[in-house]
Amino acid sequence: MLELTIYGIVLGSIIALGSVGLTLIWGITDLFNCAHGDQITVGAYSAFIFTSLFSKLNILQGKVGPFSFNWGIVIAFIPAIIISIALAILIDRWVYKPLRKAGVHSITGFIASIGVAWVLRGLIYIIWGADFHFYTQGLRPTIVFSNGVKFRVDEIFIVIVSWLSVALVYLFLNKTKKGKALRALADNHNLARISGINTENMLIWAWGIAGLLIAIAGVLYGIETQLRPEMGWIFLMPLFAAVILGGQGSITGALVGGLILGLAQQLSTAWLEPSYKPAVAFIIMILVLIIRPRGILGRRTT
Amino acid sequence: MNILEVKDVVSGYGSMEVLHGVSLEIEEGKIVALLGPNGSGKTTLLRTIFGLVTPTSGKIFYKGEEITGTPPEEMARKGICYVPQEENIFPSLTVQENLEMGAFIREDDFSDRMEEIFEFFPDLSNRRKSRAGELSGGMRQMLAIGRALMLNPEVLLLDEPSTGLAPVLVDHIFERIQSLNKQGVTIFLVEQNAQALNTSHKAYILEGGEKKAEGTAKELMANEEIGKHYLGR
Amino acid sequence: MGMLNFLISFAVMATIYSIFAIGLNVQWGYTGLLNFGIAGFFAIGAYTSALFTLKMPTGALAGYVKQAFGLNLPFLVGVLAAGAVSAIIGLLIGLLTLRLKEGYLAISTLGIAESIRIFFNNESWLANGPQGLVGLPQPLHNIVPPSYYNYIYLLIVAAFLIVIYIGVERGIRSPWGRVLRAIREDEIMAAADGKNVVAFKMQSLVLGAFIMGMGGALYAHFAAAIQPGVFEALFGTFIIWTMLTLGGTGNNKGAIIGAWVVWAVWSWSTFIIMKVVPESFSTRAPFIRYILIGLLLVIIVVRYPRGIMGEEKQVSKF
Repeated sequence: MLELTIYGIVLGSIIALGSVGLTLIWGITDLFNCAHGDQITVGAYSAFIFTSLFSKLNILQGKVGPFSFNWGIVIAFIPAIIISIALAILIDRWVYKPLRKAGVHSITGFIASIGVAWVLRGLIYIIWGADFHFYTQGLRPTIVFSNGVKFRVDEIFIVIVSWLSVALVYLFLNKTKKGKALRALADNHNLARISGINTENMLIWAWGIAGLLIAIAGVLYGIETQLRPEMGWIFLMPLFAAVILGGQGSITGALVGGLILGLAQQLSTAWLEPSYKPAVAFIIMILVLIIRPRGILGRRTT
Repeated sequence: MNILEVKDVVSGYGSMEVLHGVSLEIEEGKIVALLGPNGSGKTTLLRTIFGLVTPTSGKIFYKGEEITGTPPEEMARKGICYVPQEENIFPSLTVQENLEMGAFIREDDFSDRMEEIFEFFPDLSNRRKSRAGELSGGMRQMLAIGRALMLNPEVLLLDEPSTGLAPVLVDHIFERIQSLNKQGVTIFLVEQNAQALNTSHKAYILEGGEKKAEGTAKELMANEEIGKHYLGR
Repeated sequence: MGMLNFLISFAVMATIYSIFAIGLNVQWGYTGLLNFGIAGFFAIGAYTSALFTLKMPTGALAGYVKQAFGLNLPFLVGVLAAGAVSAIIGLLIGLLTLRLKEGYLAISTLGIAESIRIFFNNESWLANGPQGLVGLPQPLHNIVPPSYYNYIYLLIVAAFLIVIYIGVERGIRSPWGRVLRAIREDEIMAAADGKNVVAFKMQSLVLGAFIMGMGGALYAHFAAAIQPGVFEALFGTFIIWTMLTLGGTGNNKGAIIGAWVVWAVWSWSTFIIMKVVPESFSTRAPFIRYILIGLLLVIIVVRYPRGIMGEEKQVSKF
């Protein structure tokens, strides 16, 4: 049970990274991004390009401390983040921006994002095939407590990096002018425009943050499990559930939601088959929608 | 000099036309009121002036320069600020952050200006760190106006600032508006509350998207017809 | 000969997908219900028909195949039962989700479909879990030699499509159909007119589910084998949305055209790609379809945004 809880927190932290980005975009543009999961996949595989490269060149192969991964992966975060941000901004420019200009209902964006998800997944399949891949081969060091509970050393890294990233985003949103403007946009879009805030410019920053978190989530998830083309899609249901649980546009809500989803999914495996995890996420989501649609911390009435 | 001019503006939402050719002038340094019943198009007019709605026809001039259809983001830079009737604050931001957002386009240090706003609305001063969504109606209204004032506007568009406020607060708001005007700010005040006439120099009456009357505040208040029809006397 | 067979197979699937597209059109095109759980009805229809028409496994087979029941009933009974059970599930889903706002209805139905798939996968006692069920009976299969069977099946599914098409077209032109469309246009006005909006939505959802259930059954007997993996979101839900979006929302003819076009892109592109790419790439080549269909969907939506939701009722945020 304790082990499940620990694992739940680890997974929950990764889910939180995705849900914070998703809710930020949702809060500002009303877009419920179905491609968020597959963008996470792209983030993971982007890093993989570089870890494979480093491996071939035989550089940065030294292991980092007690962890199972090498320096190559740590460095690979950087190009993964850059690619993820660039991709997010480009997709927005080509797909969602024309829809915003046309002034259509947000469902149109939702449907378009499904197409985007499809394209991204197809690309992954074509370039890398359907097999699993790993960042590094070999043993995954674990820590075992005296009562038999064990967890992997890597997971400490994962939790710390997740929370550091979220803390960074928090600082940005609360202490910088641009960050506050993003919160203002999410809060009251019209008033933000009236105050002179340019939505399209600020959106680039929003996607920048989302892209950053997406890439980190992808790499961390790749370290935690393995790389496969469906990895992000599997995430999508818990992401959706976390964001709805937390409330549209609420960063704190998304964080809490992510943790709860991670824990709920893991703890459910004590009674249910592990493959029911997405169903658990879904049940939580439906319960929230029926009982309190605006989520724990949601503000919007629309 | 007419700082703001609206000429034959036809405007609405999609296929629904709300304003059927409205013209009015706002003289610099004055308080001009726009009165009329619910649904007459007062808010639509303000939104059209500020660029949130593009008119089907007609023109709008600011200091002689045409500004028809200028997007709202740019209006703030020109020296016009707008306080909407509803949803006029950022609820999850603090009072101070709301004012900071008001000053978003300013490049300079605006802490002096912020202190001035806190002096102008002393009640807000004690609640700087409070979330705006938790404020009472009256405080919200003051914050909403304060946000708009951060840019030292020359013209202030106010949409029904007295809505839902207790009479004491209504008096206070109108008094603050007059004080602002004495500092040189031109005010275009949309109201349902006829008390606005006491505060203004000139007024227009709008009904069904058309201008029904105009004149100085004294003229309109003296006119019995108008008093019965539109001012609820 | 191989080419002809390929084309007939293609036509059968395109016809089956046409049925699904019409089902979605009833729900979304006419009433504005965002059903992203088509795969769920697909699965329910397929499995219901399978269990109704298969025999219970006996003897040695019983050791390998687990089923909750096997009624050994005729094909037609299976298909109708599939529609009926699917409709009942639609009713339950509607009770749960119809009051939710559109976007939320979409993700709820998505989750429900996934959960249904997972359920069939895990609960092996029901329908043999991940291995699924094989040897589904095919109607009239002893009339012709096996190599010509698909022609017969094509006639069968075409017959179903015609009946469904006529039925839905009649329904839409009826007073009932007019209310549905009024609801899609402006729910608030329809309610103000005294219409019980929720009841109508429910009827639309259930009718669509019935049609989709039958589609699932028709697929099952064509493939003669089904497993949970078949009914995942891509093939079971999103591809049908692409078909309807392309063909034109609110238009049954468009639904059929959309189904044929998208399925053509899907199946022919594999055919062409496999001939063109080097051997080493052949396992990955089929995934090019994902990109093709995805691009198709994105391009249609971006190019014709109003085609999906129609005119905006109020001033948009942007």
